Amino acid sequence: MTKDTFMLGGREFSSRFILGSGKYSLELIRAAVENAGAQIITLAVRRTNTRKNENILDYIPENVTLLPNTSGARDAKEAVRIARMARELGCGNFVKVEIMKDSKYLLPDNAETVKATEQLAKEGFVVLPYMYPDLYTGRDLMNAGAAAVMPLAAPIGSNKGLATREFIQILIDEIDLPVIVDAGIGRPSQACEAMEMGAAAIMANTAIATAGDVPAMAGAFKNAIEAGRAAYLAGLGRVLERGASASDPLTGFLRD
Amino acid sequence: MSENQFFVDSDRLGETALAKKHRLENDPSSRTDHMKYMPGMEQISSDIRDKVLREMDSYEYGQYTEADVKRALAHETCSVEDFKALLSPAAAPYLEEMAARAKLETSRHFGNTVYLFTPLYIANYCENYCVYCGFNCYNDIKRKKLNMQEIEKEMKVIADSGIEEILMLTGESRSKSDVRYIGEACRLAARYFRNVGLEIYPVNSDEYRYLHMCGADYVTVFQETYDSDKYETLHLLGHKRIYPYRFDAQERAILGGMRGVGFSALLGLADFRKDALASALHVYYLQRKYPHAEYSLSCPRLRPIINNDKINPQDVHEKELCQVLCAYRIFLPYVGITVSSREQKHFRDGIVKIAATKISAGVSTGIGDHESKYEGKEDADAGDEQFEISDGRSFDEMYRDMSEEGLQPVLNDYVYV
Repeated sequence: MTKDTFMLGGREFSSRFILGSGKYSLELIRAAVENAGAQIITLAVRRTNTRKNENILDYIPENVTLLPNTSGARDAKEAVRIARMARELGCGNFVKVEIMKDSKYLLPDNAETVKATEQLAKEGFVVLPYMYPDLYTGRDLMNAGAAAVMPLAAPIGSNKGLATREFIQILIDEIDLPVIVDAGIGRPSQACEAMEMGAAAIMANTAIATAGDVPAMAGAFKNAIEAGRAAYLAGLGRVLERGASASDPLTGFLRD
Repeated sequence: MSENQFFVDSDRLGETALAKKHRLENDPSSRTDHMKYMPGMEQISSDIRDKVLREMDSYEYGQYTEADVKRALAHETCSVEDFKALLSPAAAPYLEEMAARAKLETSRHFGNTVYLFTPLYIANYCENYCVYCGFNCYNDIKRKKLNMQEIEKEMKVIADSGIEEILMLTGESRSKSDVRYIGEACRLAARYFRNVGLEIYPVNSDEYRYLHMCGADYVTVFQETYDSDKYETLHLLGHKRIYPYRFDAQERAILGGMRGVGFSALLGLADFRKDALASALHVYYLQRKYPHAEYSLSCPRLRPIINNDKINPQDVHEKELCQVLCAYRIFLPYVGITVSSREQKHFRDGIVKIAATKISAGVSTGIGDHESKYEGKEDADAGDEQFEISDGRSFDEMYRDMSEEGLQPVLNDYVYV
C-alpha cells in the first residue's frame, strides 16, 4: 500500500491532525505531539514572548512544523505585518491567515483574507487561510496562491461540530487544494465525519484543551481522524435514503 | 449597615480651603452642573448612554422570580432579560449553578489560561474631589510625580520580575500629568513591555490617538457609578465631575484607534445591581457598534483609604460579587474579566477558576516604590497609595499559585500592529 500523505508548501505530512493554539497549555502540546502524533502546531504570534517565562517556542519539538497565525489582525495590512513578524521571529515561512473584525464571534473576514493571502503568497509564504466556507472565496484563495483552505466547521471554541457541513463538502468537491477543517470540532466523531467527507486534515484545540483527560482525548482524536481517512480511502458503501432497492432493475425492459 | 462616612478634614487645610470643602459637601447649589461639558471636552454623537440608562432606570430586580432565573440558565444564549434575572436577588440560591455555567463559558472562550499583569502608578496628583478616593485633592497624602528616569527605573524592576503587560495609572490631573508626559511614559513602557494599557483621566479622541501612537493600546475608565444623581454627590469638584464626558471615554478611545477598552463601576457606591447591569450593557451596546474592538470588565469594591479606614463595600459581600461576576461571564462570554488586588487571595484564586481571566500581581498603588516593595530597599520618598490592597502576592508567587491551581499563566497575548 502506498503511504497516505499530503503536501503543504513542498513538505510532506503523514499526520492529519493539526493542533490549534488558542487555548494552549504545555500539557496540551505534549499530548498533541505524543498522543496524537501532531506534526503541525499553530502558534499565535501574539502569544510569543521575548523573555524568560513560558515561551511557547521553547516547548515545541524541533521536528514539528510551526504554523504561526495572524490572530489579532483586523485587516489584510495587519495580517501581512504579523506574518512578517513571525518570519523574523524564526517561525519559518508557513502562515495561517486569520483576520477577524468581530471580537465576539471571531468569524473570519473573507474579503480581507483573500487580499492578505495574495500579498503573502507573493512574498513567498506558504499561506493557509482561515475562512468562512464559501465557494467563491475558496476559488479566489486558490487563485491568490493559497496552499490550502481552512474553512470553519462552527464558531471557534463552540464545540458544535460540522454546522457548515454542506458548504465544506462543496469546497472539498470543487477546490483543488487540501481542505483543512478548522474551528468548532468538538468531538472525535465530528472529526471522523469530516475526514470521511474528504477533508485533508483537521485542526482542533478547544475540544482537547478543555477535555477532562487531555492526553486521552488527544489520542481519541488521532484514532478518529485515522478512521475517517481510512473510510474515505476505502470508498464509503452506499447508504440508502429510504426503502430497499428493487430486486428487478427498473431499466430491465431495455433490449438494445 | 450604616452608610459610608466619606468626609474627612485634614488639619493642614487652610481656613478658606476648608470652608470651600464644607460648602461643596453640604450645599449642592455650590457645585457645578455635572451634566454640562467643560471647555475643551470633545462631544461625540452617540446613542449608547441613552440606551444604557433607559435599561438601568427601568430595571426592577425585585420582580424577577426563581422561574426567571431557571429559564435564563436554560437558554443557550443569555439575553438582556436573562442577564437581569441573573443579577437579581432571586438568583442568589442558584449561585452554584451560575458558577458552573460561567466556568463552562470561560473555558470555551479562554481555556484554562489566566493573564497576569501589574499596574504602575506614575503620579498621584489629582484635581478632583471624589469623596471615596485616597488621591482626592483634599486628602492629606504624600504627592509624587515620577520623572522619566524614575519611571524607567520602576519599569526595569517590574520587567526584571518577568511581567510583560503593564497598566499605567495616574491621578487625574491634566495640569500635573499632561498628555505629553503620559505619552512619553508610554514610549518608555513600549520598550520594556509587550502590552501597555492606560488608566488615566478621560481625554479627547485625538489625544487617545496620540497615546496609541506612543505605544498604548488599551484604555480603562471606571464610571464608578452609572447612577447620575449619586455620581453628582460623590464627585464634587474637578473635570471628573462631568458624567457624560466620562461615560463616552471608551468610545472616544476606540475612535482614537485603541484596540481595547475596559469598564467598571466601583461596587458599593450606589445600588450595585443597577451598576452591574449598566456596566455590562455599556460593553454590550458598544460591542454592537464597534465589533472589532476588545472589551473587558473589572469589578472593584470600595476599600479603605489613607485617613479613612472605615470605608467599606456596604451590601456587596463576596457572594454578591461572585454573583455579579458569574452573570457578567454568562451574558458576555467573550469579554475579559479582571479581578483586582482589592480582593483577598482566597477570593481571587477561586474566581479565576470560574469567571475571571486576568489577575494583577506584584501590586503597589503607591508612587515610585517598586524597588522598595520588590527588592526590600527603603525609599522614604515614595508617594502614598490610592487604596489599601488585600492581596500582596508577588509576580513569582502568583505565577506559582496559578499553576498550582491548574491554570496556565499567560504573560502576553497581544501584538502591536
